[in-house]
Amino acid sequence: MNHDMSASLLLVAPELTLTLAGLALLIWAAFFGDRHATGISIAAVAALVGAGALTSLAPAAGGNAFDGLARVDAFSTFAHVLIYFAAAVAIIIAPRFFRAHTPGGHGLMRAEYPILIVFAAVGMGMMVSATDLMTLYVGLEMNSLAAYVLASFIRTDTRSAEAGLKYFVLGALASGILLYGMSLLYGFSGTTNFAGIAAAMGADFSGGLVFGLVFVLAGLAFKISAVPFHMWTPDVYEGAPTPVTAFFASAPKVAAMALTVRVCIEAFGPTTLDWQQIIIFLALASTILGAVGAIGQRNIKRLLAYSSINNVGFALIGLAAGSEAGVAATMSYMAVYVVMTLGSFLCILQLRDAGGAYVEDIARMAGLGKARPWLVGAIALFMFSLAGIPPLFGFWPKFLVFDAAVRAGLLPLAIIGALSSVISAFYYLKVIKTMAFDEAPADAPQWTAEGNAVETGLIGFTATAISPLGYLAIAPLAYLSGNAALALFR
Amino acid sequence: MIGLTHYLVVGAILFVLGVLGIFINRKNVIIILMAIELILLSVNINLVAFSAYLGDLVGQVFSMFVLTVAAGEAAIGLAILVIYFRGRGTIAVDDVNRMKG
Repeated sequence: MNHDMSASLLLVAPELTLTLAGLALLIWAAFFGDRHATGISIAAVAALVGAGALTSLAPAAGGNAFDGLARVDAFSTFAHVLIYFAAAVAIIIAPRFFRAHTPGGHGLMRAEYPILIVFAAVGMGMMVSATDLMTLYVGLEMNSLAAYVLASFIRTDTRSAEAGLKYFVLGALASGILLYGMSLLYGFSGTTNFAGIAAAMGADFSGGLVFGLVFVLAGLAFKISAVPFHMWTPDVYEGAPTPVTAFFASAPKVAAMALTVRVCIEAFGPTTLDWQQIIIFLALASTILGAVGAIGQRNIKRLLAYSSINNVGFALIGLAAGSEAGVAATMSYMAVYVVMTLGSFLCILQLRDAGGAYVEDIARMAGLGKARPWLVGAIALFMFSLAGIPPLFGFWPKFLVFDAAVRAGLLPLAIIGALSSVISAFYYLKVIKTMAFDEAPADAPQWTAEGNAVETGLIGFTATAISPLGYLAIAPLAYLSGNAALALFR
Repeated sequence: MIGLTHYLVVGAILFVLGVLGIFINRKNVIIILMAIELILLSVNINLVAFSAYLGDLVGQVFSMFVLTVAAGEAAIGLAILVIYFRGRGTIAVDDVNRMKG
């Protein structure tokens, strides 16, 4: 038993920093209000960067904090860095969106926005280092409660409120299902610790534990929006403010996916053959439905929602392999996916007509290629990369997950996954075709050319990262994700 | 003699009622909030019953966490419902349909 409090506190230094920063910013916001929203945003990004730097304090061999409630290792560090990066980007892109969103542009940017993102980041950090059902639950809820508020952030917009309501109801139901499963796991294994649950499952995998496993995986599938638990995704993505959608599509996806991986490997490890069937089904259903469902979509945010369902399916193929290489592939996939999806949403945020209103309807984007050729070029890059077309970096993690699946003897899964990526290429190409080659309709928006140096820089960075130049990053990515996977299979 | 099974059965019944309350109810979003509370309650019954049965305090600590989070969840749910009502003037479940696709 390790009761060394200061060692534990040092291990969770990133979460502590973010919590204290979040509370301090809340006080700041309470005293000075929305006038200081910009300063608070900058401070929040600084806190996220600081917390990201503090993750380097994690010991190479990993360490257990608070008597086994949490574990800080290469796996949690990998996910932490991705989450903090995505959260920081979500804060950076917000002020311009919220200021432009109201007619007259008199700032809807509220001081609460960066604070909610910071608290969500605390919760996500707890999720990925949880090794106990209690830590898992508290982390998950801390993220979810902040996310419900973020989804309904534009209070005067009925679509945003409806997105928040739907997300809340379905998210709470998912938490309930997850929690019921956890109560069964606790009752039939006698412990809430992942290692203890694994020991109990290895000894006797029977009635209550089977139900517990199924309920927990169903609840987690909700959080990563895997089919058949994906219903909320398109509506929430469409209704939520675009910076919030970008956030939902990136950081919480990584956190929930990393959590699912850790639960499957560490808590359910001895029953790999059993949960594999569930994960294979989720992966197949997500890749196929994510590809087919997007075809008829007219709203770009809805289309990207289906794209994210599709991509989560591919990431799950790596987990379905159940091997160390598979987990490493899943983590690489999430890293590249975050960059691709943030880049896509950054591009969407540039699509404003002369009045400053955001254009989300794909049909109205016809003729954009003539007005903003560079932007369409960047969008084409992201779409081709999301489709996994070879010279771009999006191809590489897809190759890794298929490779892991084939090595684990799941050839049919890899083949069906590859076929569904062909289907998904169709709608990505259709978006590019509309933007680049279609004639502009009579009522086409007058695109504003005004840019923002920070956002343009971020688009440039993400586009470079997923361009063929990204292949330079294969070695470090393989090293980091390999270490992360190794930490789980220690 | 009332044993562990009885508590688990009550917990299971409450859980199913909660889930049905969310899916069958077509009238009112408030009822959905109540159904969510019912689900969390069933989990708490499970946890406390297991905790007593196992002679292990962790389950009761866990149920305290669940209670706390449930309170926060209800507060946020009602707050979202209030802004939704302000915008739409209704909280009927069938009217939650601005987005389709």
